[in-house]
Amino acid sequence: MGQYIVRRLLTAIPTILVISFIIFAVVDLSPSDPTGNLPLTIPPEVRQKIREALGADDPFVVKYVKWLQQFFISEPLNLIETSFGITFPGSEDRVRVISWATRGPVIDIIAERLPQTIWVVGSSYILGILIAVPVGVFSAYRQYSVFDQVGTFLMMVGFSVPTFFTGLMFIIIFSVNLKWFPSVYDTTLVVTDIETLQLQLRQMFMPVTVLTLYTTAQMSRYTRASTLENLQQDYIRTARSKGLTERVVVTTHAVRNSLIPVVTLIALGIPGIFAGALITEQIFRVNGIGQYLIIAIQGGDLPTVQTVTFIFAVLVVLFNIVADVLYGILDPRVTYT
Amino acid sequence: MKTKLTLLLIVIMALSSVFGIGVAQDMNEVTILYWQAASILNPYLSSGTKDNDASAIVLEPLANFGPDGSLVPVLATEIPAPENGGISEDLTSITWTLRDDVVWSDGTPFTAEDVVFTYEYCTHPEGGCVQSDEFAGIVSVEAMGMHQVKITFDAPKPYPFLPLVAQTTPILQKAQFGECLGAEMAACSDANFGPIGTGPFMVEEFRPNDVVSYVRNPNFRDADMGKPFFDRVIFKGGGDAESAARAVLETGEADYAWNLQISPAVLDAMEAAGNGQIAVAFGQAIETIWINPTDVSPDNPNRSVWMTDGSNAHPFLTNKTITQAMSMAIDTTIIAEQLYGRSGYATCNFINAPAAAVSTNIDCSQDIAGAIALLDEAGIVDTNGDGFREYNGHELRVQYQTSTNAVRQNTQALIKQWWSEIGVDTELRNIDAAVYFGGDPGSPDTFQKFYSDVEMYTTGSSSPDMEGFLGNNRCGQAPTPDNNWTGSNTPRFCNDEYDAILDELSATAGEAARAALFLRLNDILVQESALIPLVYRSSAASAFHNSLGGVEMNGWDSEMWNIEDWYRLDM
Repeated sequence: MGQYIVRRLLTAIPTILVISFIIFAVVDLSPSDPTGNLPLTIPPEVRQKIREALGADDPFVVKYVKWLQQFFISEPLNLIETSFGITFPGSEDRVRVISWATRGPVIDIIAERLPQTIWVVGSSYILGILIAVPVGVFSAYRQYSVFDQVGTFLMMVGFSVPTFFTGLMFIIIFSVNLKWFPSVYDTTLVVTDIETLQLQLRQMFMPVTVLTLYTTAQMSRYTRASTLENLQQDYIRTARSKGLTERVVVTTHAVRNSLIPVVTLIALGIPGIFAGALITEQIFRVNGIGQYLIIAIQGGDLPTVQTVTFIFAVLVVLFNIVADVLYGILDPRVTYT
Repeated sequence: MKTKLTLLLIVIMALSSVFGIGVAQDMNEVTILYWQAASILNPYLSSGTKDNDASAIVLEPLANFGPDGSLVPVLATEIPAPENGGISEDLTSITWTLRDDVVWSDGTPFTAEDVVFTYEYCTHPEGGCVQSDEFAGIVSVEAMGMHQVKITFDAPKPYPFLPLVAQTTPILQKAQFGECLGAEMAACSDANFGPIGTGPFMVEEFRPNDVVSYVRNPNFRDADMGKPFFDRVIFKGGGDAESAARAVLETGEADYAWNLQISPAVLDAMEAAGNGQIAVAFGQAIETIWINPTDVSPDNPNRSVWMTDGSNAHPFLTNKTITQAMSMAIDTTIIAEQLYGRSGYATCNFINAPAAAVSTNIDCSQDIAGAIALLDEAGIVDTNGDGFREYNGHELRVQYQTSTNAVRQNTQALIKQWWSEIGVDTELRNIDAAVYFGGDPGSPDTFQKFYSDVEMYTTGSSSPDMEGFLGNNRCGQAPTPDNNWTGSNTPRFCNDEYDAILDELSATAGEAARAALFLRLNDILVQESALIPLVYRSSAASAFHNSLGGVEMNGWDSEMWNIEDWYRLDM
C-alpha cells in the first residue's frame, strides 16, 4: 500500500506540470486586458505603460517560466520563512506571485479568504452528508413509500433549482420580509464569545442552507441508488435467514457496503470546498475563494486566475489518490500492489 | 427525519427571533456597499472608480470638485487665480499655497515635499501610473518653502486644475511611499494596502477585493469640530447592484449603496419601502441628436466625409429652416419625464454645467404648428402628395440610428411620430452597443462613421472645464478615412466663429470668463444645427439610508468626497 501511494504521488508530478501549462495557456490566450476596467478617459498610451509595468506583454514562455519560479520556488521558501521565523539568503529580492489587480501576493489573499470559504462551504458539505446518508438509506429501504416519493421529489427540486434562485428567495423571505438573517456576510467578524458565535451562525444560515440543499440532493440520490443495489444482494438474504434483526441487516450489512461508492464521491468533492461556491458566495457577499476567482477573471488578472485554478487542480489530483486509497481500505476485495 | 428537520428549523428561527433580530443603524459606524470591491487603496495603481473611492476616505488632493463643478480647497488654503497671484500672467505656471495646520494621520507634518513627491511618483517612466495623463504637459513641480508648490507647464494652461486636484490624484506621504518609485511601485503592498493620509479616516484593515475597515483619524484637521462624525467606516465590496440596493432600501443592513445601474422600475419599488432614498449626481452627460451635414447616400464613394469646399453636402440637412423645424417638433420634456424619470432633465443646451455656462438664449419648447408654418413659408412643401415634403426634388426622408437600448428605441418612436407630423419621414435603425460604440474602423455601423442622416447617443466631459469637450467639435477634427474614422468631431461641424472662440478660450483664464465662452460655443453648436440636445443625464445614482445625513452626491469627483460631513440622524 505504502509503495502504491508513493508511486501514485510520483506520477502525479508530471500530470500537475502538464495541467499547469494547459491552464496557463488557456488563461493567457483568452482575450482579457488587465487595464480593461479603467475609466475610458485613460488614453491608450497610458494603458500600454501599465501593461508594460505589469509584464503583461511579455512573451508567453517568459511569463510561464516566471510564474513557475515564483510558485514553486519563491512561495515555498516564503512559507518556510514565515512559519519557522528563519531567513534564507536573497529573501529581499525574491518575487512572489503578485496579483495584477491588488499588486499584492496572491497566496496571502487566498490564505485570508480560506476561513470564510471553509466555514460556509465546508459546513454545508458536512451538513449535507449528515442529512443525505440517512435520507438516502431510508428511501431505499422503503422504496416507493410516501417518504421515498416525497424525498425524491424534494431532492429533484433541490437538484434542479439553481442556487441563485434559492439564494434570492431566501433573502427576500428571511432578510427583507422577516428580517431574521443578514443578507450581507461580515467577513471581519471574529468568533470570540457566545454573542459573536451567534452572529456567525446567523450570517451563515442562509448561504449554508442554500448550499446544503444542493449537496443533500446530490448525495442522497447516490446513497439511495447504492443502497437499493445492495439490498437485493444474496448476502442480505443470507443475513436475514440467519435471523438477524432488520436493524442489524440494514445498518451493519447493507449500509456499510453501500457507503463505499459514496465515500469516494465525498472524497472527490472535497477539492470543491476549496474552490468555494462561485454563485452563492457572490449572492451573500461571502467573498471567499470563488468570488476572488470571478473578480480575477473579470479583471484579466492572470497570475491570480492561474494560481487559484492551479491549486484547485492539485487538490483534485490529490483527492483522487485519497479516494483510491480509501477504496482499498474500505473494500477488502480491492488490493493495490 | 423530515419532521425533525422542520422542527429543528423552526427552533432555530424561534431562537433567532428571540435574540433580538432586526437591524439597528449603528450610531458610530457607517456601512457602505460597493458591488465592485476595492482591490487597492492607491488611486495611482487603481483599476477603477471603486479603488479611487475607497482611497478617497483616507487620501486627499489639494482641492476637490464640488457638486456644481467648482473647486473646493482641501489641502490648499485657496484656489489659485490670476487675482491672488496663484496663476502667472502668461498662464504657464500655477502656485498652490498649502495649509500649514495639516498633519498626516501618523502625526508628522504635511509639507510641499509630499506634493512634489506625488508628482515624481506618478510621472516616473517605469511606474505604469494610471493617472499619468493628468500630469501631462508639466515641466516641473517645485517646492517653494515648506508650504508652497509651483507647477510649471510647457505651454499656457488657462485651466491648470487637472494635476493634484480631485480624488483621482491625491497627495501621498513621501515618508511612506519614498521607496516605492518606478518598478518598485507595485512591490510596496503594505503602503498600497494601507496608505497614510490626511483624510478623516485611517485604514484599520484591508482585505483586497472584499472589505476595508477604517477608523477615525485623531489627527484630522477638523477634529476639534468633531469631524468625522463616525468612529468607523466599513467599505464592503462584492455582490451585485440590485442586492446592494436591497440591503439599503429594504433590509437596512447598509447605509449607502453605490452606482445602482438597475431598471428604474425595480429601484422605484425598493425606494417605496420607505427606508432610504436614491441620490442622483449630475456632471456633464447629454443625450443628443447629431445632424449629419454630409452626403450619406450608400453609392457615394465619399459617404459621410466632410469636404471643406462644401462639395459633399447633405441634400437637405444643411438647410437651417429644415433642421430648425425638426428641432421645434420635438418635446424634450415628454422624453425626459416619461423615459428618464429622475435620471434626466429636459434641456435645450449642449452644455449644462457649470451653472454660469448654461445658456438661456435658446427656446426649445415644442411648436409643431410653428414648424409647419416655417416650412410652408420657405416653400418646402409636399408636391407629390405622399404626405412628406420635398426640398429641391429630395424627399425629406431621414435615417435615424442609435444603439440598441429600450429607452433609446422609445425616444426614437416618439421623435419619428413628431417628425411625421411636420412632414418628415423617418426610418429607424438600432445597432448593438458593442458595435456602435466599438470604434472598429472596418464596421459601417460605428457612431463615428455616421452612415445615417441623424444619430443619437450620449456624450460628456469628466472635467468641469469644457475646453477639451467643446474642442472636440473643431473644424478639421471630423472622422474621415484618412484618420481611420477616429476624429472627435462626429457632427462634422465647421464654423469659423466657433474655432475663433476656441482659440480665445485657450488664452483666457478665470472661471467666469471661460464660462461665458462655453456659453457662446454652446449657442453656436445648437443654433447652427450641429445637434439637437435632448436630455441632461445623471452620471451616477446611489442609495442611502434615511438615518444617514450629510450625503452630497457629486458628478465631478468621488462620491466619498465629503465623508467627513456624514452623520447619523436621530430616528
